[in-house]
Amino acid sequence: MVSNNIALGHLPQKEVNQLVRVISTMGLLPILLIVIVAALSIFEPRFLGIFNILNVLRETSFLAILAAGQMLVLIVGGFDLSVGAVVALSSTVMATVMANTLGIMPDEVGLVIFIGVAAGIGCGVVVGLVNGLCVAYLRVSPFMVTLGTLSIASGIALLLTNGIPVYGMPKVFVNGFGRALWLGLPTTVYVALTLVIIVWAIQRFTVLGRYIYAIGGNLQASQVSGVSTKRYLITAYTMCGALAAITGVLLTARVGSGQATLGGDIMMLQSIAAAVIAGVSLRGGIGRVELVTLGALFLSIVTNSMNLVRIDSKIQTIVLGVIVIFAVALEEYGNRRKIRE
Amino acid sequence: MYKDSDQVLDTVISSPANTGEEVPSSSILEMRGISKQFPGVLALDNVDFDLRRGEVHILFGENGAGKSTLINVIAGTFPPDKGTFRYDGKDVSHLTPHRARVMGISPVFQEFSLIPNLTVEENLFLGRETSTSGFLRKKAMSARAAKVIEMLGFDLDPKKRVSSLSRAHQQMVEIAKALLADVRLLILDEPTASLTENETYKLFELIGRLKADGVGIIYVSHRMREIKEIGDRITVLRDGRKIETCNAADVGENELVELMTGRKIDVLFPKIDHKPAEKLLEINNLTLANHVVEDVSIYARAGEVTGIAGLVGCGKSELVRAVFGLEAIEEGEIVVKGEQVSHPRPDISLSKGVCYFPSDRVAEGLALERPIRENASMAALNLADFSWMRVLKKLSERKLIQDIVDRLKLRPPNIERAVGNLSGGNRQKVMLARGLTRETDIFLFDEPTVGIDVGAKVEVYDLMKELVDNGAAIILVSSELPEVLNLSNRLYVKQRAKLVAELTGDDMIEQAVLSCFFQDEEANSNAGA
Repeated sequence: MVSNNIALGHLPQKEVNQLVRVISTMGLLPILLIVIVAALSIFEPRFLGIFNILNVLRETSFLAILAAGQMLVLIVGGFDLSVGAVVALSSTVMATVMANTLGIMPDEVGLVIFIGVAAGIGCGVVVGLVNGLCVAYLRVSPFMVTLGTLSIASGIALLLTNGIPVYGMPKVFVNGFGRALWLGLPTTVYVALTLVIIVWAIQRFTVLGRYIYAIGGNLQASQVSGVSTKRYLITAYTMCGALAAITGVLLTARVGSGQATLGGDIMMLQSIAAAVIAGVSLRGGIGRVELVTLGALFLSIVTNSMNLVRIDSKIQTIVLGVIVIFAVALEEYGNRRKIRE
Repeated sequence: MYKDSDQVLDTVISSPANTGEEVPSSSILEMRGISKQFPGVLALDNVDFDLRRGEVHILFGENGAGKSTLINVIAGTFPPDKGTFRYDGKDVSHLTPHRARVMGISPVFQEFSLIPNLTVEENLFLGRETSTSGFLRKKAMSARAAKVIEMLGFDLDPKKRVSSLSRAHQQMVEIAKALLADVRLLILDEPTASLTENETYKLFELIGRLKADGVGIIYVSHRMREIKEIGDRITVLRDGRKIETCNAADVGENELVELMTGRKIDVLFPKIDHKPAEKLLEINNLTLANHVVEDVSIYARAGEVTGIAGLVGCGKSELVRAVFGLEAIEEGEIVVKGEQVSHPRPDISLSKGVCYFPSDRVAEGLALERPIRENASMAALNLADFSWMRVLKKLSERKLIQDIVDRLKLRPPNIERAVGNLSGGNRQKVMLARGLTRETDIFLFDEPTVGIDVGAKVEVYDLMKELVDNGAAIILVSSELPEVLNLSNRLYVKQRAKLVAELTGDDMIEQAVLSCFFQDEEANSNAGA
């Protein structure tokens, strides 16, 4: 149950209960989304421009993939600070690998792209694996582990590039994929949609999904019930790393060069924010990817609207911080008001 | 995993005695010379234990006697340091919880192995989901869950989340979970602690059926009546050593208590002279925000024990918690010593002389890593005896706490020990010590003897008597009927959030209380719940 209940003044008890029930099953998010979209449509005509909508969808896609991974780790009761750095690492590694292999075999563009993408995603898998292993076996707190890998991953990314963008990726990859539209929509939207559906299916229909919920709900109990908790902890972190790396790959294809400045702290914070807004519990055990996608959409729209009215990007980060704190406070409040039988 | 545990369960639960081929008296479990050392304690010292097929073997002993260590060894939670472990005629080593389950050892611990955010049926199948290549077969599992719950006769909705269930219902889920697989050795650790009479009866019926099927059952309990009712043999543990194993039919109650404590205990319940004086606490038409308590009015007078009885989950704990300021109040009035309190807060309640002893001492009572002294003085640090201008007066603190601890007969009386090392009974005494650090005349006891042994129980009861004799008002909330019936002067009975009866004098008999509970059951079935 996503429990974003709100204070409702002194309405009659029956109606309050009904409203609380609706909100706690759906979350506050859909309502917020409708309100903000309606308000923007009325007050800011540029918001509904086709170019702007595509832009919002593209941003949402990047964030949704990243936040889906973050959500998995949050559900097992941890969190991953390294996702932003993984985006940068996969971006620079992929671009470097592609540029070099293209020099060796200029005719095998397909193979070059394949190797480059595999290398990029591989980085994420490795970082995620390291995170998972440290949390599961060394029992280091997720905060410290992922703070460490954040530092390591961004260090490697900077070292690889000296901070200079890496060009030289195949043109097809950038123009035919990263910047292309299929059936009128950015390609990233399709990738994101596919990944979200896969994560959704894992959460709903598979043993893996069930165990991820169980471990976050009560680690001890899962162990006693015969769940190999370590294995699933590692799986969750690895999936998160892989999803972050995929975000890096898509961003790089869009931008056209590998950059150590992609992702970064802002995307990490946004991924946590999108998850928390969508009712993912910081204590673990609760979270649904379809709502997290809405959370990503909400954040993208908020950012987009601030861009449209030319709010300074420094102020935008302040707004992001406020939203995160507000969302967490709301979750806590909902928990306390939960009606027991 | 058990793709086809359907049949297995059917044979275990539904069909009485179809394993006639087996020799009923042969042992399923044989343990010899089991020792287990924990930092600072020898938890098990050369213990022999055996369990026959189709018997209920009671483990009896005070807290810290080694019962839970022993059942944890059997369940594979941790290995013993020494000794042999034979299961089903074969030597077993390197047991893990998972392997134990596969072998048919199903433990039901007091600390539940349930995931709060999952539903009942999801919890039942945890660790052994029915699946095809990684995908859950939800329909199949739902059907089986419904079947199991029906067979057990529990009033459980398989689609509900465990977090929304009361403790009693969670206990039922835990038992159902243990019985889902092919069970050959069932461990029940105080399973009835939160069950009602009726549910207990159903559980005992089930135990009977399992026995007939040749399942061996290890049953940990403090309750004499249960031990007499279902036990075949009893093993008494004390200080990690086995004292005796005897047939349940051959020993009397007093004898058992003597074996357990190593000393004589004459009367369990002290005779309390109630001298009701002025009303210290009044609750008028109280309704809580979560509607666990609706429109309840009670009062408590100085010099008497006011009891509150009710089924688990009827909101009797929440009622006193609300008085202390731990539950959100929607409507109603609370009057403490003639003064109306609209929004009680723990700090204000303490300063008005109201003290609450929580039932869950670990979650709500104690900082386990910290010493007894700090835990006991925690609620009184703002008093002049304990601090001056926010600076702690350690010497005075030490002396005052030592006095209280001595008065409560906490053993050993070393107040610098971490509370985490103490037994359940001693932990409760630390809680009581906290209540005694301030001038307090309204004591709210919430299940004060849950999980503590007979010896400590008597001391808690004696303290209550002393408090009442000195003119305090006590509200005693308890699920143990004998406790509230014997100690209270007046007894309120709650059912489903409402107050249904106030019993006094000769009306305060078990039958009267039970009939109030029974009304509830009827209302329940009429509502079709």
